[in-house]
Amino acid sequence: MGKRIGMEVAVAVAEAVGLCNIDMAAVYPITPQSHIAEHLSDLVADGHIDCEFVTVESEHSAMSAVIGASGAGARSYTATSSQGLMLMHELLPIASAMRLPIVMGIANRAVSGPLNILNDHSDIMPQRDAGWIALFVENAQEAVDLSIAAFKIAEHKDVMLPVSVNIDGFQLTHMVEPFEMPTQEEVNEFLPPFVPHATLHPSKPVTMGAFAMSDYFTEIMKAKDEAVKASKKVIQQVFDEWGEKFGRPYKLVETYKADDADVMMLTMGSMGETAQMAIDELRAKGVKAGLVKLRLWRPFPFEELKAVIGNAKKLIVTDRACSFGGPGGPVFSEIKSALYAEARRPLIYNYIIGLGGRDVQVKEFVGMFENVLADTANKAADTYEFWGVRE
Amino acid sequence: MIEVRWHGRGGQGAVTSVELLAVSAIAAGKYAQGFPSFGPERRGAPVAAFTRIDDKKINVRSGIYEPDVVLVLDSSLIGLVPVTDGLKPDGKLIVNTPKTPEEIRRELNFQGTVATVDGTGIARKEMGVPIANTTMIGALLKVIGVMELDAMKDAIDRRFGRIAQKNLNAMKRAYDEIKILN
Repeated sequence: MGKRIGMEVAVAVAEAVGLCNIDMAAVYPITPQSHIAEHLSDLVADGHIDCEFVTVESEHSAMSAVIGASGAGARSYTATSSQGLMLMHELLPIASAMRLPIVMGIANRAVSGPLNILNDHSDIMPQRDAGWIALFVENAQEAVDLSIAAFKIAEHKDVMLPVSVNIDGFQLTHMVEPFEMPTQEEVNEFLPPFVPHATLHPSKPVTMGAFAMSDYFTEIMKAKDEAVKASKKVIQQVFDEWGEKFGRPYKLVETYKADDADVMMLTMGSMGETAQMAIDELRAKGVKAGLVKLRLWRPFPFEELKAVIGNAKKLIVTDRACSFGGPGGPVFSEIKSALYAEARRPLIYNYIIGLGGRDVQVKEFVGMFENVLADTANKAADTYEFWGVRE
Repeated sequence: MIEVRWHGRGGQGAVTSVELLAVSAIAAGKYAQGFPSFGPERRGAPVAAFTRIDDKKINVRSGIYEPDVVLVLDSSLIGLVPVTDGLKPDGKLIVNTPKTPEEIRRELNFQGTVATVDGTGIARKEMGVPIANTTMIGALLKVIGVMELDAMKDAIDRRFGRIAQKNLNAMKRAYDEIKILN
């Protein structure tokens, strides 16, 4: 087993990616991803890993470069945040349509404006329909583990899709905390060499990213949808393999004290562990509270979510982004859709929290539960509220 | 769990210190977090950084509002930044200053433990630079006592290479010379 060490999470992610025998990286620095970019370039420049580090002039170029490299058969990595991800946006569906197993770390950060460099999920939410697999992590260990496992998921012959690993900016990237770093030997055993199903090569020409008119476009979209949906099974398989090898099993939907819960909260990302402390406080007061933590955002784990919601009467969905003029936060509307056809479903409440780095303390999570429990006439169900907003 | 808030100015190494302390505490078998006050930082501007140390896994990821210990790296911040804000009444205030703890207690009207050491003076003598961030780790460890001073050695060696020993000497002097008023 790897040794338990303390390290800044962004640096740890770069170290983990450095264990993955990557052939190529193109990373344009942006706060709070910068330490991933810096440390990965150090690993290459100092000769620790044999990798082509392409210095690009923008995130648009970074994504273009990894698309080209991945098409040529190189195991390719990039990382970004916020505006950088927005600049990559037009290329993301191309990467997935070309079935390129790129891995991208996203140090999640609010998008402008106003300019804000701190954490929320408003950068990843607009990428929802890009055809990428989207994983969320809540601590250093998960960031390290899933940054490695992401390559195995992406490159599986039944997947062949790009994967984003969402790591909350600052709250995670700038935190020094303990975790176990797998050894190079362990990663070599877990992650086989990348064998692409087709590569761009002059002596064996293929077409990638072809032109398609209305006669084929619908079929290609359907095929992509099937591919993304089918990846769910492989993701759990890879998580199971990880669990067997490293003793840290992962699920598509994680839970905390959810089995007999009457009232539940749902989180994604780094706030899960703080919310867990609120669950403990509420349980100590006799409230049957539980937590659901979505690890997989795309493909959406419908069955797995339904299974853990069980017989809960109320469900509080937390969102870290807004859908302006929409039905509530993006996670909220997704959860409502997922549970719509169920004969028995909980009343669903939505709090939009932690925007642009605003801190959310344990007592605030407790407060959300208290508000929802006090709503005995169910007036606030199916509505959304900006938690703690000054009006 | 012990929660520490550090006050310094951008460039004085508060963030480096919380990192070195967290890495060392973890290497010593503890659980720890070290993190900056998130956001842009400018050289010379007041900054804060944070440390949590515990014997069991730390789940909380929100900020520290009621620290057990406040460490002031730069005494010119006193009067400029409300350094004792939220500090527990029975908490501990550590200041890098040639003044006595009694003087600091009077200035800040803080009735908990007050400890002072001339960290900048020590750093200047031991290392030839007026940068007291590592020096003040020695002061902190004397006051909170969660681990031995020796536990810092590996992290300091790795970070500072040939000048590591000077940092360790300065740290040891702060550890020995700090004056504590309970």
